[in-house]
Amino acid sequence: MPIVLYRVDDRLVHGQVVIGWGKPLNLGFIVLLDDTVYGSDWERDLYRMGTPPEIELRFSDLAEAARQHAAWRAEPANGIVLTADVATMAALRQAAPPVERINLGGIHHKPGRTPRLPYVYLSEEEYRSLEALQQTGTVVTAQDLPTTQPVLLEALR
Amino acid sequence: MSDGLRGVVVAHGALAPALVQEAERISGLTGILRAVTNEGGGREEIERRIAEAVAAEPSVVFVDMPCGSCFFAAMHLARQTAGMRVVTGVNLPMLLDFLNNRTLPPDEVAARAAVKGTDAIRKP
Repeated sequence: MPIVLYRVDDRLVHGQVVIGWGKPLNLGFIVLLDDTVYGSDWERDLYRMGTPPEIELRFSDLAEAARQHAAWRAEPANGIVLTADVATMAALRQAAPPVERINLGGIHHKPGRTPRLPYVYLSEEEYRSLEALQQTGTVVTAQDLPTTQPVLLEALR
Repeated sequence: MSDGLRGVVVAHGALAPALVQEAERISGLTGILRAVTNEGGGREEIERRIAEAVAAEPSVVFVDMPCGSCFFAAMHLARQTAGMRVVTGVNLPMLLDFLNNRTLPPDEVAARAAVKGTDAIRKP
């Protein structure tokens, strides 16, 4: 399975992703799945600045991801799919399964969210969405870096 | 504090206040630089903190890395704030250069700081 991580992180491409996870996973590519970024040349340029040259950064919206997901999984290089929110990751899983595991890597405070971990804030709706994904076969854990212990979704209740 | 640009240092954890403190200690110039941490904040919260530090004044915002929440928050704010410039890879030499040249125009100050910061990276 060359998509080695499906990560929800509202910072998208940043140090924890490209260095913290990128090095041990020997990443070849990152798919940044976000409709807003996909439609903004300005934001795409900024994210390219933050990506080391040895990692290919691809941009996708949900429709493109639904078409390409199987092909990404069949590639020889290791890849990450990154979304900024739970809803986008849930939509990918619904549109183009499977997504075996979801990593909650950084979801920060917004109105309606409550703290579950220092780096994970969730609304009740987001929690229930993750719970539903898990009940239908996707394992959901929170883990900011590979050197820390994963935290089961149940512990974020 | 005399007239000139504001300087805002935006960085991970405790890095920003430490850089500001040491730049002030070396230069003897206080009250010009402000520190913003990313601690406990998402991008929107960090942008709010930067905006508060910039206070709509002509400013140079120094960010630690050219990626991540600090960088994006600063760039997003700069897009809608006249007279605000962003420089990444903040280090003490660039802050010291800023402190001593902050009466120049923002573009010139930012360009100088980037050159000074880069020039300080050597392998003796």
